[in-house]
Amino acid sequence: MAEVSQEGGGGGKHKGGKPKGKKSSTHIDMTPMVDLAFLLLTFFMLTASFSRPKVMEIRFPEKKKNNEQPDLVKNRDNVMNLLIGPGDKLIYYFDKGKNQPIVPVTTNYGVDGIQSILMRPEYKNNPQFLVLIKAAPDAKFKHLIDMFDITRVTDTKQAMVDITPKEIDLLKGQ
Amino acid sequence: MTPMVDLAFLLVTFFMLTTKFRPEEAVQITIPGSSSNRPIPVHKIELDIAPDGKVFIDMEGPKQRYLWAQTMNDDLHLNLTKDDMETFSHLGQFGVPLAQLKQYINLSTSERKALVQPGIPKDSASGEIAKYVEYARSADPEAIFAMKGDREANFEDFHKILKILQDPPNELNNVDFLTTPKMGIK
Repeated sequence: MAEVSQEGGGGGKHKGGKPKGKKSSTHIDMTPMVDLAFLLLTFFMLTASFSRPKVMEIRFPEKKKNNEQPDLVKNRDNVMNLLIGPGDKLIYYFDKGKNQPIVPVTTNYGVDGIQSILMRPEYKNNPQFLVLIKAAPDAKFKHLIDMFDITRVTDTKQAMVDITPKEIDLLKGQ
Repeated sequence: MTPMVDLAFLLVTFFMLTTKFRPEEAVQITIPGSSSNRPIPVHKIELDIAPDGKVFIDMEGPKQRYLWAQTMNDDLHLNLTKDDMETFSHLGQFGVPLAQLKQYINLSTSERKALVQPGIPKDSASGEIAKYVEYARSADPEAIFAMKGDREANFEDFHKILKILQDPPNELNNVDFLTTPKMGIK
């Protein structure tokens, strides 16, 4: 950066053998500027959030007029009922028919839990396969999102439907 | 030293330009993780569920917000003045019943910050959530409807709200959930 001369005429050139002051250095002390730069750098680095939120789009079954459950179930064998309970509770069962006992299976949200179950060939290769997601009133929102995510990742058809009192009892029994 | 300073300034510039300051939020919400990597839509109407089940709403864009306030004011007689609507257009997330909206707008910035907001009433009888969403959607038809729920929020609260949104006049069956990127699941 050039030094600006305050003298009129050719003051900087020492004309006439009249030295006006010392020849000052053209270097500027940059330390405060650098301090400030690093201060700002630190501030922006600490406040920057790198992981921007993303969105996951979910379609919900349309609500029927007279508060009925949507008619999704055609063949019981193809439908897995997945119950999300309070805490980390997660169970599933297949409805085998009126007089058959319900056999609930406990699983978890991990990769080797429900995700690997949904990847089994008998479900994966069944185009009719459907998971009915039913959550208890005191289930956590994050587990619902987990289930939406897992069905999305495993490319499984899903529908969220209301839980029945019977199923809430089933969750309590586990 | 010059190269170092050059680099420092380059980084400062980078961070200054990429930083987007988060607007003041009325409530702290920790969103759940998912493996979805779809970016957030530019225009969105956002309905928030706090850990305690309180409901908040937010929409972006001063112009759209102004229109939102204006149409609500015309139809629901909220007694808002032009200045109120102007103030409202620059606010962010809020959760007050329609009847308290004017009072909320007239607070000073510090009073607004200190206020513990009651949340928008969730009962379907008052229909306040449905009204807020309906007018927001008509003010910005291009906006995507997004929902931001806290990890620890109860399913019951979410379900109640979803049912309200699925009913007329909104009939929303498509919801974009805000999530943080989660590693590990493929």
